[in-house]
Amino acid sequence: MNRVSPPRAAAAVSRSDGSAPEAPSRRWTGVLRRGAIVVVACCLLAVVLWLSDRRINVSANFIYSLSIGISCWVMLDGGRSLAWAVLQRLRRGRGSAGNGSAGLRSLAWAVVVLLLPLGTWVGYVIGATIGDAFTGHRLPKPGLDGSSDFGGSLVISLLMAVGISAILFARERLAMSRAQIAAAERLAAESRLALLQSQLEPHMLFNTLANLRVLIGLDATRAQEMLDRLIAFLRATLAASRSSAHPLAAEFDRLADYLALIGVRMGARLQVRLDLPEDLRTLLVPPLLLQPLVENAVQHGLEPKVAGGRIEVTARRDGPRLRLSVRDTGLGLDAAVPSSGTHFGLQQVRERLAALHGDAASLLLQAAEDAEGGTLAVVTLPLGPSP
Amino acid sequence: MNPALTETSALIAEDEPLLAAHLQAELAQLWPALRIAAVCGDGDSALEQALAKRPQLCFLDIRMPGRSGLEVAQALAEDWPAEQPFPLLVFATAYDQYALQAFERQAVDYLLKPLDRTRLSACVQRLQARLEERQRRQDAHGALQQTFQQLRALLGPGGALPGSDFPPPRLDVISAQVGSVVHLVPVDEVVYFEAADKYVRVVTAAREHLIRLPLKELLPQLDAQRFWQVHRSVVVQARCIAQAQREESGKVTLRLKGRPETLTASRLYAHLFRGL
Repeated sequence: MNRVSPPRAAAAVSRSDGSAPEAPSRRWTGVLRRGAIVVVACCLLAVVLWLSDRRINVSANFIYSLSIGISCWVMLDGGRSLAWAVLQRLRRGRGSAGNGSAGLRSLAWAVVVLLLPLGTWVGYVIGATIGDAFTGHRLPKPGLDGSSDFGGSLVISLLMAVGISAILFARERLAMSRAQIAAAERLAAESRLALLQSQLEPHMLFNTLANLRVLIGLDATRAQEMLDRLIAFLRATLAASRSSAHPLAAEFDRLADYLALIGVRMGARLQVRLDLPEDLRTLLVPPLLLQPLVENAVQHGLEPKVAGGRIEVTARRDGPRLRLSVRDTGLGLDAAVPSSGTHFGLQQVRERLAALHGDAASLLLQAAEDAEGGTLAVVTLPLGPSP
Repeated sequence: MNPALTETSALIAEDEPLLAAHLQAELAQLWPALRIAAVCGDGDSALEQALAKRPQLCFLDIRMPGRSGLEVAQALAEDWPAEQPFPLLVFATAYDQYALQAFERQAVDYLLKPLDRTRLSACVQRLQARLEERQRRQDAHGALQQTFQQLRALLGPGGALPGSDFPPPRLDVISAQVGSVVHLVPVDEVVYFEAADKYVRVVTAAREHLIRLPLKELLPQLDAQRFWQVHRSVVVQARCIAQAQREESGKVTLRLKGRPETLTASRLYAHLFRGL
């Protein structure tokens, strides 16, 4: 799975997870299917009861089974839908803030625990009354007619209600987790594609090819060297959406490739300084983590500036952390027209950092503070091989 | 070849040195008589050189440092001397979908990078044909109007460059800071905006303010129905225009309600006042 996807996937999961104990499927097919399960279960119960005691009246037994079963189901399923709607409104009232949902979830469970016996009792009384009307018999209705006979029928109804609820709940859970897995997979694929698209920026690619095409005629050796760099860059870009980490030295090599390609295009307007201390070379980092930052510095800082400028990429140990900075002497943050591209690039870096290190990693974007101006982007992440 | 074409000169504006050199070399082969008047690496010097050297052709890259190719064309359309035929413009771009669509609609010639020989040679032939036609008809004015029309379409409503990002939210109030005081100026009270370097002068009937926002970025936030761009550096509120006077040069002088000064609408935008 793509590294970028976990936070989004997690968000999707938690969104629907709050509904897990209670989510009734709203579609009528779902209702009909549940009704069918109840009817079948009631018929089975009637058969079992009749088998266990041949003396009882078969038809009355069926009628009571069905009337009590269906009325209990209507009570429980209806109560459940009602409770669900109320909880939804409550949740919307509280906003989507994360910490409220845990409280709501326990509330949902409390509703389930209350609803089961209460709904079953009401359903039983109604169902028994209906059954009485059909059969001319009279079933005891504990709690209403003062009968102390805590009728086996009510106990059986309760057991059935718990059993069927458990089965339906399990079914729904399964369907939901399947849907979640499908959604997570789709998200992962989408973000993989988005990552790829953002890194294979067509303007950069076509401009580079245009330059290479010219360079072949002018300086074949240099053209070959640039082609090798383009190949390495493309390979890394394609691999970055699959592998989870590479050494910092490889990260700097790929940035060097990219900047060399841009250097062909910008000529003397671009100066590059890459600074990677020897002892940090083998540290593992997410592949092409810095690429969007370098790309922003070039596209929005240096390329649009008439005089061009310098880009510096630096790695430093900062206590228990690794500090990676991308600085340019370009137009600066004020001048850069915020575009979807920039935002996507920054958001992508933030998401990757959050997915791997949570709050322990950060990305800061600010104006460079010295006289040369430009923009400074700093990534801070825990030192040591990534998990 | 028509002897008149031997005097043709061209300007190349391309920020990538290799591509500029390549275009120059290709043109030298396809059109040996063409004289390259200047090769510029950014939009600002391209504008300056074009106005100084007055070439018949301009090859303009879209994405350049400083002014973009389209902005250079806009400025040329405004500042080009009336007595000289407006240069034929050829835009070049590597990958700007939106710009490409606009070009195809508008039939201004354009080149896709990487440049391919056949396409460039077709472009050269088209340019030569246009120059010959121009010579025959001596109808610089009609050609100029056509170019203006194409440019206006390319620059789009509100002058936004094609391919720019999402439309920004509409502006209601402008906050202009003077020292530690912030003045809130309702957009409705603004008579006109005038670009001055990185700043924009915000002029109301009563007073004026400076805000630090390029006109280019302000423009998309204004209602194009009410605020008309009449020059690349001037945007005026339509209801504040009292009178429009057409000048000999094709420019239009605007008298304002509530302000003593007059504004000049460039030839590129003179069509706005045709009905007046």
